[in-house]
Amino acid sequence: MDDTKKLDRDPAALRTEGDALTDRPASSVEVAPEPERDSSEKVASVAKRIEVTDLDLYYGSFHAVSSVSMTIQPNKVTALIGSSGCGKSTFLRSLNRMHELVPGARVDGQVVIDGQDIYASDVDAVAVRRQVGMVFQSPNPFPTMSIYENVAAGLLLNSKKMKKAALNEIVERALRGANLWNEVKDRLDRPGGGLSGGQQQRLCIARATAVEPEVLLMDEPCSALDPVATLAIEDLIQQLKANYTIVIVTHNMQQASRASDITGFFNLEETGKPGQLVELDTTHRIFSNPANKATEDYVSGRFG
Amino acid sequence: MSTLDIAGIPPRTPMVQGSLPSWGPGALFAGSAVVALGLLAVTDVSFALLLVGAVVVSGAGLYAWSRVVEGARTATDRGVTFLVSSAFALAIAPLVSLLYTVTARGFARFDYQFFTESARNVVGEGGGASHAIVGTLVITGVATLASVPIGILAAIYLQEYGRGRLKRAITFFVDVMTGIPSIVAGLFAYALFALFLGPGIRLGVIGSVALAVLMIPIVVRSTEEMLKIVPNHLREASYALGVPKWRTVVKVVLPTALGGIISGVMLAVARIMGETAPLLITTGAFSSINLNPTDGRMQNLAVFAFNEYKNPGVPRDPYFDRAWAAALTLIVLVMTLSLLARLIYKRFGTETR
Repeated sequence: MDDTKKLDRDPAALRTEGDALTDRPASSVEVAPEPERDSSEKVASVAKRIEVTDLDLYYGSFHAVSSVSMTIQPNKVTALIGSSGCGKSTFLRSLNRMHELVPGARVDGQVVIDGQDIYASDVDAVAVRRQVGMVFQSPNPFPTMSIYENVAAGLLLNSKKMKKAALNEIVERALRGANLWNEVKDRLDRPGGGLSGGQQQRLCIARATAVEPEVLLMDEPCSALDPVATLAIEDLIQQLKANYTIVIVTHNMQQASRASDITGFFNLEETGKPGQLVELDTTHRIFSNPANKATEDYVSGRFG
Repeated sequence: MSTLDIAGIPPRTPMVQGSLPSWGPGALFAGSAVVALGLLAVTDVSFALLLVGAVVVSGAGLYAWSRVVEGARTATDRGVTFLVSSAFALAIAPLVSLLYTVTARGFARFDYQFFTESARNVVGEGGGASHAIVGTLVITGVATLASVPIGILAAIYLQEYGRGRLKRAITFFVDVMTGIPSIVAGLFAYALFALFLGPGIRLGVIGSVALAVLMIPIVVRSTEEMLKIVPNHLREASYALGVPKWRTVVKVVLPTALGGIISGVMLAVARIMGETAPLLITTGAFSSINLNPTDGRMQNLAVFAFNEYKNPGVPRDPYFDRAWAAALTLIVLVMTLSLLARLIYKRFGTETR
């Protein structure tokens, strides 16, 4: 276990993965305008801007999040911070229509990704989720699948017909992109559950990126991990933002200040009231000179 | 000041206490056994009464002795351990006795001839139960083929799709079905076929229908439990990859629960394999091999054992021997299935967190 952790921090290993990544944004940015996306293997696309307008979220009669309006910038990491139960995870799950999977959940308002309101009546939730990937709090690789199958799961489960070689390439690229390739390349056929927690989480990130989404949502991706594994994921997030719009929910203030460009602070006025977006600004301003008193109290650790 | 504080603290319980010698409990039990056997020899008190007396006396004795030497807490511990162990012994005793009796008596005819010959034209000694073994396998096989798809699909509906009142109603009726007396299932299947094929109809497949009625609720319940323990985060991971719900169920949820589902089905098969009453009505009795469940009567092991025992010829012993051998065969079959179920669960059961 220690060896693999060292590998994370090994500058040589990072460099090779960096190299692997550089050919990706370059090609994607230049290629994107051309309509070369008809093949089943989608080329990495330009990250998307998300415009949220007056979003209200409910669980049955419980009003969880109240009138959030914000713009999430492409190719930036947006961190959502706030105390437990203030609705930031609920908000995050509304960005790829996972919120509605909870029985009784309801949504009011607009979430516009790339000019399309994802809550419009003719939009298919499944199609939305193919564009907006998600990484969860605890690593959740599929226990019945090997490492390889886990990474390819998004494609295999949707029964995309594709050549073995093309699939191999996608798996390798996703694993390299998740800084995991060197650690698992010799045991791709072993079950994903055999990896360490940090490796499993990077496997889940590889799984999410293998379907080439435009947005990557992360719900406290490091809360179950030790500091070394956390740092590896944060490095990875920095690399990934070249290709994706990233939204990350975190309870870890240092993580928000280290890893994000923009920070949004969620808060409740009082218990039982819905959560609100109190302030959204550059991470630097939120942590040095926030406009709102509640934000200042929270980031300076005076409450919450 | 400090002395006052210390005085306020209650005295600690001593960490040292007496203990019974390691041979103590054993000697106590052996002693009461010897006394009981002695009483059995000299008086005409019944064995059962003496056994109960010996158990009660040794339990009470152990508690009292421990209480004097070791204190109340340890004595309670010994007392409860004794109680729980006795309850276990009480529960297991009939099973052991049954297994012993069936094995001992069934062994007389548990031979090559028994498995290769049918009871066709057999009067007195000889003959076998191959027709009944084949019949059991065919009837339960057809019942399994019918009820497994229905049961698993119903469980998927209940666990993955069902909502609200309809789900509650179906769950309730599945529970009710679990409690249906098997004879009622047999009468239902018989009445159903008699409606179309006329009264007095006896077919293997009617028995299969009766058994399926008994099996479906078991399969539904066990599959539902297995689907329940598939963690929700796996479903969410699949949805987040843009996988539609039905594919998530087929390719993520079912494979994760597969080991448990298969072993649940095996146990359900084992459960219906020994049914007698519904088959008595629906398949009738038959002394030759019949492989076609849609054509005429069919014999099976349970009914065979029943008939050999109920209507023996003269002399009776060969008939009784065949009945016991049939019972033993049935137990072996059921045990094999149960072991297989455990094996499958161990081998294919997925570690879920």
